[in-house]
Amino acid sequence: MIRLEKRTAPSQFWTYAAPVLAVLLTMICGGLLFAALGNDPLITIRTIFWDPLFSEFSWYYRPQLLIKGAPLVLIAIGLSFGFRAGVWNIGAEGQYILGAICGAAVGLAFYPTESVFILPLMIMAGALGGWAWAMIPGLLRVKFGTNEILVSLMLVYVAQQLLASMALGAMRNPDGMGFPGSRNLARYPSATSWINEGAGLHWGVVFAFVAVIFAYITLSRHIFGYHVRLSGQSPRAARFAGVNPGLLVLVCMGIAGALAGLAGLFEVAGPSGLISIDFNAGYGFTAIIVAFLGRLHPIGILLAAGLMALTYIGGDIAQSNLRLPAAAIQVLQGMLLFFLLAVDVLTHYRVRIGTRKLA
Amino acid sequence: MDLSSINPILLLASLMVAATPILLAAIGELVVERAGVLNLGVEGMMITGAVCGFIVAISTGSPWLGFAGAALGGALLALIFGVLTQVLLSNQVATGLALTLFGLGLAALLGQGYVGIKAPPVAKFPIPLLSDLPVIGPVLFRHDPIVYLGITIIAATSAFLRYSRAGLILRAVGENHEAAHALGYHVIRVRLLAIMFGGACAGLGGAYLGLVRVPQWTEGVTAGAGWIALAIVVFASWRPWRLLLGAYLFGGVTVLQLNLQAAGVALPVSYLSMAPYLATILVLVMMRSGRAPGSLGQSFHASR
Amino acid sequence: MNIPLLRLTGLTKAYPGVVANKDVSFDIQPGEIHALLGENGAGKSTLVKTIYGLVKPDAGQMQLKGAVFEPADPRAARAAGVAMVFQHFSLFDAMNVAENIALGMENPPPQREIAAQVRQVSDQYGLPLDPTRIVGELSAGERQRVEIIRCLLQDPKLLIMDEPTSVLTPQEVSILFETLRKLRDAGTAILYISHKLEEIRALCDAATVLRLGQVVGTCDPRATSARDMAELMVGSSLHVPHKAVRPEGEVILTLQKLSAKAPHRFGTALRDIDLTVRRGEVLGIGGVAGNGQDELVAALSGEIRTRRDMLMMQGKSIGHLAPNARRRLGLLAAPEERMGHAAAPDMTLTENALLTAVTRQGLTSRGFVRWSKARDYASAVIKGFDVRTPGPANTARSLSGGNLQKFVIGREIMQNPVVFVVNQPTWGVDASAAAAIRQALLDLADQGAAVICISQDLDELMEISDRFAALNGGRLSAPRPAQGLSVEQIGMMLGGAHDMEVADVEG
Repeated sequence: MIRLEKRTAPSQFWTYAAPVLAVLLTMICGGLLFAALGNDPLITIRTIFWDPLFSEFSWYYRPQLLIKGAPLVLIAIGLSFGFRAGVWNIGAEGQYILGAICGAAVGLAFYPTESVFILPLMIMAGALGGWAWAMIPGLLRVKFGTNEILVSLMLVYVAQQLLASMALGAMRNPDGMGFPGSRNLARYPSATSWINEGAGLHWGVVFAFVAVIFAYITLSRHIFGYHVRLSGQSPRAARFAGVNPGLLVLVCMGIAGALAGLAGLFEVAGPSGLISIDFNAGYGFTAIIVAFLGRLHPIGILLAAGLMALTYIGGDIAQSNLRLPAAAIQVLQGMLLFFLLAVDVLTHYRVRIGTRKLA
Repeated sequence: MDLSSINPILLLASLMVAATPILLAAIGELVVERAGVLNLGVEGMMITGAVCGFIVAISTGSPWLGFAGAALGGALLALIFGVLTQVLLSNQVATGLALTLFGLGLAALLGQGYVGIKAPPVAKFPIPLLSDLPVIGPVLFRHDPIVYLGITIIAATSAFLRYSRAGLILRAVGENHEAAHALGYHVIRVRLLAIMFGGACAGLGGAYLGLVRVPQWTEGVTAGAGWIALAIVVFASWRPWRLLLGAYLFGGVTVLQLNLQAAGVALPVSYLSMAPYLATILVLVMMRSGRAPGSLGQSFHASR
Repeated sequence: MNIPLLRLTGLTKAYPGVVANKDVSFDIQPGEIHALLGENGAGKSTLVKTIYGLVKPDAGQMQLKGAVFEPADPRAARAAGVAMVFQHFSLFDAMNVAENIALGMENPPPQREIAAQVRQVSDQYGLPLDPTRIVGELSAGERQRVEIIRCLLQDPKLLIMDEPTSVLTPQEVSILFETLRKLRDAGTAILYISHKLEEIRALCDAATVLRLGQVVGTCDPRATSARDMAELMVGSSLHVPHKAVRPEGEVILTLQKLSAKAPHRFGTALRDIDLTVRRGEVLGIGGVAGNGQDELVAALSGEIRTRRDMLMMQGKSIGHLAPNARRRLGLLAAPEERMGHAAAPDMTLTENALLTAVTRQGLTSRGFVRWSKARDYASAVIKGFDVRTPGPANTARSLSGGNLQKFVIGREIMQNPVVFVVNQPTWGVDASAAAAIRQALLDLADQGAAVICISQDLDELMEISDRFAALNGGRLSAPRPAQGLSVEQIGMMLGGAHDMEVADVEG
């Protein structure tokens, strides 16, 4: 018989080895899935995980890694604070959309004025938009004890409808000949978030790296980071230590909302360029996988976002070259999260085979 | 705008239909939560059920086999969640989210060849005599059998939890799993069964969306219905009959906004479409919810 | 001699790193109250869980009435006639008494019949209980009755009771003993687990003593002195804390009509608590669990805020202050629950040192944690309080209960508190560690601090307190000098007889 035995401390080895094992298991099961879909598993796996980095066209794909990875890093870093503290904000997608809408609104309002202040103003508006959207579930939880999971998620659907109405109404490009969607901010020099489009470098990439460093220092060195971890592990002990639980919820929600809003703003002012109905690419949900895959650790999140961006790009390649359905990548990402959660048991428990010693 | 085009009897009748998928998913989740498990993967199980039901119904031509397939598909997906959280002791919140993300992807993948195909029709089953009553007849008694099945499951679940020995044990496991274990009950076995029941119900609810409400396969057909079902369980304070009230409330909001859209109310469509979600938030805020099962969301590991 | 009811032969059970039971053998006769005596960690719990089918022994054998007895699970044990009353009740708060009882039975009759049976059994054994009440709203004594009646309805041959008196008032204890004697006279054997020697001498017919998982002796408790049994149990002579005579100090802390709402549904509201505490005294607060102990500690530590003038320290109103502001003034606390309240189980001892010592030890600068200083402080606590652990990088969970308790109490005491509030300082702690903790509390008072010690162990309170007060239903009795209080007087205070002063004058 197989039994689990709780470890007195999490295993150092498995903390690092479990994500690697999860990725390997995902590749194996993903290969089986691809085979079932009629694709050659080895070629598909190589197309997804290897080609974007090392094929002859990698000069084109590598910058894509930055573009796809940056919003994931920004959002996942924000979520990691809340997830560590037991604050389950899963509506980052909505905060991301609101950040894009608010930031774009500022940029569009100034069009066609040129000024160095426009982009900073947009950045502030984007962060504020995401922050305010996240404050709704935050305040409702603190004031009324409302479940923040459900509220933040409901707000995603509301945000999507808001986005649609903006793209079709208030923000529609007056020169767009009736097509839905706003003016292209990426082509508006004072508002674009691009630094070097060819290299995939935009301000969001810079902010993502800053966020990683900020989160690393806060979590490991600052008393706030300690309070976040303590609240997640032992809420009662946190209260005893003097943590104000309501304030902590609001701060965690606020960080997540502001970073998601930033991600949305940088996306709309750069890679996407305009507010449109299908502007969002589900970064807000994928970031949840990234946060867990990175074990809620800033460096881990950086690596996990890279891996997830890789599956996005590789998935696109496989879609066009191998006719792999887009949904297969979504299944692969879901699988990855399942395997990670499954192998996590090894970090906290020891697996024993056989029950009794014979006397 | 022409509000007189809205027929109140038809509105009430379609309210019952609109409420049914949420109702089915919610009663399943209620049982799961009464057993002390929080499964946030309802949306994923619903949409997997929807696609399984659709495929089975198309390939056999029978919507009833479709519903059976949907229940099976939902239960199998729920089993993944069960094994992860109960045997491998993973975090229930994270695993539930993963189940939703995985389910959405899986459904999109399975449903690829079925986009735009029409589902075989589900016959209505007017209840003899009762359906001839004025007003009440068309509102309550001229529906398809799944609407009645939903209400029957509510009644059966309520009786099960309140009067049966197994229901008592299930509640005990959800209330205090340490104590239930000390008395010799099999916490994990009870929970796995509850989780699978929850998956089957969510699958049925999803299939109802795909086979009756829409009735064709489109990606993202559930559109948050699973999350609304979770909200209704909180709203109902974990009591079966109050679930009915919650589901009809949301069915009402949904149907009303659709009718207003059709009647050409001056508000843009996207603002009307927000209504069910905003109503959910409003209700969550206003409901001082009852006491949740004592062990809800906690992993159980029998140490020593 | 007859065939024993239960014969244990060579029972052995090992867990990683510890042998819980080693070659345990003894007999229980029908119709006797058999004491199982031992310190915390001596292996009593493992042994009874083996008998009750919750734990499978690695080796050894059990015989029930001469037949091999190997219960696969508690149901099998119950079917064979073994019933158990748990130390931490295995009850379901949100359900009513009848439902709770049905859950403990194999083939329960319908609820209405259960209700009738409950009434009948409770009359027969003098245990009043209403079957329709919700268990979460019952007192500790009533909750225990639910457990006992649940067992009695099974008509058991052997009833196991695990530390049954730890939550009872002296009056409730004597009611319980009456019930147990009636049961014995009706032919039921009782395995009575305790570390309270006087109880065992008063109640039991035979005793088996466990130490470190092994049987170290058997005796007739009625014919053996408490001191001899204690030495058998501990293995060495006991250190009795030294209590110095101290002059009466200045008033340091005043509670004025302190009231607070119950923090959760099954909590207790605090009502109009008046109290003054002086430097250099140990104030003992007794009371049955669930009468406001947790809430009082929370109101003092700052986890529950009150109106500002309800709590005064050195002339300042502090009722509105947060925990760390109170710590800065020297008001420190150690709550009862170690795991998850006083300490975070999955964090290292260094991180746990930071939990409360951050203000007084200056463990941060401009919000940034000075980890090396925190580590030094954790090491100092480990050294100063003889905490058995490889070092401050180990998690709180890896420590035994007694060692973690020493760490938690040491962490506060080494910050030189002006007032120290502690709840259940020695609960679940072995005798030598308990003696060390009590001595540390007395030393703290000797140095001029005020100590408020809340405990359910009356012997402990009488040993160390200068004054004694009792909590009942969230109210605090007027404190009285501990010296010379009789058991009856204490029992009346615990039971909430607040008009006792009047009665005294008349008597």
